[in-house]
Amino acid sequence: MFQEYVRSLPDLDLHGRPPLSYRLHIDVPLLLLLVGLSSAGLFILYSASGGNLAIVKRQAMHLVLGFVVLFLGAQFDPRTYARWGLGAYGLGLVLLIAVLIAGKTGKGAQRWLDLPGLPAFQPSEIMKIAVPIALAWYLTRKPLPPKFKHIFGALLGLGVPFALIMMQPDLGTSLLIVFSGVFVIFLAGMSWRLILGFIAIFLSMFPMLWLFVMRPYQKQRVLTFLNPESDQFGSGWNIIQSKTAIGSGGFEGKGYMQGTQSQLDFLPESHTDFIIAVLSEEMGFIGAVILILTYLAITFRGMLICIRARDSFGRLLAGSLTLTFFIYVFVNIGMVTGILPVVGVPLPLISYGGTSIVTLLASFGLLMSVSTHQKI
Amino acid sequence: MVDTLNIEDRTGEKNLVFRRMIVAMLLVFVMVISLIARLFYLQVVQHDLYVTKSKANRVQVQPLTPTRGLIYDRNGVLLADNLPSHNLQLVMERVDDFDDTLTQLRSLIEISDWEVSRFESRLKRSRRPFQPVILKERLTETEIARIAANRYFLDGIEVDATLIRQYPYGSTFAHVLGYVGKINESELKKIDGSLYAGTRQIGKNGIEKTYEMDLLGEPGARMVETNAKGRILRTLENESSKPGVDLTLYMDLELQQLAEKELEGRRGAIVAIDPKTGGILALASNPSFDPNLFVTGISTEDYAVLRDSIDVPFLNRATRGLYPPASTIKMFLALGALESGVTSWDYRVPDPGYYILPTDEEVRKRDWKEGGHYDFVTLSDAIIESCDTYFYDLSFRMKLENMNDALDKFGFGRDTTKDVDNLRKGINPNRNWKKQRHGLSWFAGDSLNVGIGQGYVLASPLQVAIATMTLVNNGEWKVASLVQEASDELKADLKVDLPESMALDEEDWDKMKDAMRKVMHSSKGTARGTGYDSPFQIAGKTGTAQVFSVAQDETYEAEDVEERLRDHAWFTGFAPYESPEIVVTVFVENGEHGSAMGPVARRLMEHWIFREQQ
Repeated sequence: MFQEYVRSLPDLDLHGRPPLSYRLHIDVPLLLLLVGLSSAGLFILYSASGGNLAIVKRQAMHLVLGFVVLFLGAQFDPRTYARWGLGAYGLGLVLLIAVLIAGKTGKGAQRWLDLPGLPAFQPSEIMKIAVPIALAWYLTRKPLPPKFKHIFGALLGLGVPFALIMMQPDLGTSLLIVFSGVFVIFLAGMSWRLILGFIAIFLSMFPMLWLFVMRPYQKQRVLTFLNPESDQFGSGWNIIQSKTAIGSGGFEGKGYMQGTQSQLDFLPESHTDFIIAVLSEEMGFIGAVILILTYLAITFRGMLICIRARDSFGRLLAGSLTLTFFIYVFVNIGMVTGILPVVGVPLPLISYGGTSIVTLLASFGLLMSVSTHQKI
Repeated sequence: MVDTLNIEDRTGEKNLVFRRMIVAMLLVFVMVISLIARLFYLQVVQHDLYVTKSKANRVQVQPLTPTRGLIYDRNGVLLADNLPSHNLQLVMERVDDFDDTLTQLRSLIEISDWEVSRFESRLKRSRRPFQPVILKERLTETEIARIAANRYFLDGIEVDATLIRQYPYGSTFAHVLGYVGKINESELKKIDGSLYAGTRQIGKNGIEKTYEMDLLGEPGARMVETNAKGRILRTLENESSKPGVDLTLYMDLELQQLAEKELEGRRGAIVAIDPKTGGILALASNPSFDPNLFVTGISTEDYAVLRDSIDVPFLNRATRGLYPPASTIKMFLALGALESGVTSWDYRVPDPGYYILPTDEEVRKRDWKEGGHYDFVTLSDAIIESCDTYFYDLSFRMKLENMNDALDKFGFGRDTTKDVDNLRKGINPNRNWKKQRHGLSWFAGDSLNVGIGQGYVLASPLQVAIATMTLVNNGEWKVASLVQEASDELKADLKVDLPESMALDEEDWDKMKDAMRKVMHSSKGTARGTGYDSPFQIAGKTGTAQVFSVAQDETYEAEDVEERLRDHAWFTGFAPYESPEIVVTVFVENGEHGSAMGPVARRLMEHWIFREQQ
């Protein structure tokens, strides 16, 4: 029966030699989508940075590095990750504690760790991958759906890094990590009753978060989200300007490099978190929808990989990474268009940034690993 | 791991994850739809709104200030100019710490607390981001140099040049030209804001006010594209401004300067008019003030000094100073009496040195000359020697209505000018006026007082000059004007309200003028001292107004009272007698006797008549 099922998988030819891409552990549709998206991203970045070729070159270097990591990451069997996941998770926790003690401060948050012999990096990035691996490993040791005590254990394993990253503070990353963990638990089959229960608890905890956990600047972001015009030259400026950029772009856009909002510096963070506003202004509704559909295609491909995975570990890992990727997109575009509060989440593979790109492509390396390691 | 699981469980788990993935897929789908819907809403539904917002962001309309029209005297001498003035302004968005910057600036140039408080009040007004705010106006060359040398240490500091009004002759024309000043709150409500875009000043009084709409010009506009930091990247559209109309006055700088000099040390006014055109050649009031002080805003202390001075420098005595016209009124009443047939050139009045009212023996009025002028006085004698008795008799017989009518035909109690700002009409009394003003009936004694230009009748020096001009022109009205007809059609409201002309035979006018000539050139004339040895014949009339009470609204220092209770002196006349070229009226407060003002008028006449030879 299992044999029969395996035979039905299209990419797998048990009777002949597997295709080259399979032997190289490359998922071709996913790779094509990623390469297409990131090269389009370079063009958008060129305009968003005001024609700054140096930034585009650096971003290209990040992408090259990211794809190398992706390729290397895809070569290992998911089982290897399952074995190393807990170790990576443990190391991540140590580094997160280290960053709180000895980290570098930038923009009011302590996020960077500068270890001798290594470039400065954000340990929270490691956790973006380590958390889903560790949780998927933890929950698939026993048959699914997990028992309540395992769910509780998984939530504990998720809560610790979340709390450490919140303390930096880095709301965007900690939320993404929470999502990656929650997706693992959700896909593992946590009962709907529990899910609804947790949602209820979370909602009732929001006032507590507001009073005791959230920093003043985070509260300001929420207030600004509710009414950007209340402080239009201060905290509301970003969102007003990005909505203006997007709205003025119209259906067809103002043309490449012709966006007045971005080219005349009215749009802040135009080449990082708010880059979708540049695209929407210059390429219009059409351009923005094509971009969103590309993200959707990548998401669907990831979901397919999840469904086809060899074992539950691979399924949970692939599913979580895919959904987290989509959450990136949703939170970023949601905040730039003003339907979500401003949270520091970049637009995947398009926003300028080194670590986030390498981490994202590394997670796609894991997806490809899951996709191309079907032999038991 | 794999070995411990059986196939059934694997399939079960696979289905479990599959089902969950389907749920996730649905959620993803809903989220994608919501993002696309949001983009559609912003980019298609609300597109127009955001296009407007985006345009408002980058496109700014900068008003181009028109150059204010210049004002020249009749010979083309510039009386009101526009000079570049440099302002120190701050762009608050680029200033880190205002107190720090202020301390640094104060180490370079002087900035008074008054300027700082003005700056702070300007700061409170709404402005767009990166719009500079003025801290100090009228920087000197040294100050500009000092700021320029240090500008790299001072973020957000700019020096900007604008044109401001400059009155090269200062106090000489202050009462005529008026001045421009900052637009105040009440003016702001009245003006058309679009005309004043970029203009911070408005004519406050004088010609600057009367001709404001013409001098102002029309602002232009420059549409520029700026970046978020307010830096101008390019000009999109340029509509240049239209400068204001240049005005040329009838006034003559040298004559005006001479008039000012003659009034030096006195409180009074001199008016000179060209009787052929009605053009005002000189209009001086002393003391005066420097109008340049008001252009960029006068400090409270400087203003208080001027405002509180007992000499009232802000009072334009020529147009707003109201005084009893005294004997200068006699020609006009006499001409009215001739018109109404009350008197004739042959009619004679006995003059014992006093006059007793026929209806009431209690009312006995003295002539200024004890014992009287002659046994019997004719009209000519009464003008030449300024006989009061004759005019008591005349006004008793003439009745108030005829007197009122006669004075009205010479412009008393009226504004007959074309463009003199804010003048006072004086009082040409009648029964109603007295009833309303004082709640009393008109008495015959009141008429006697008006008959010698005392009592209720009040006039400004300008009115006496205009009446004299009308006499010169045989009752035909010329409109007294400051500004010559311009080639452009002017927007200023220049309505003129002229009374009826007096209808008399030419002989009557000639006889009156001859009597006035004899005032200057006969052995009995009250101003014979002035007429003696004059190179041309003058006709004139002196006047001496009693100051019987101190005006209610003035407070005098004790030591000033005596001087300020002396009589006011008048002289009005024209020259040359044969073909008049100039009418001059001189008035000096507490100047004691009108005959003393004759030489002053003569010097102005001489200057004017011989101006070509000088």
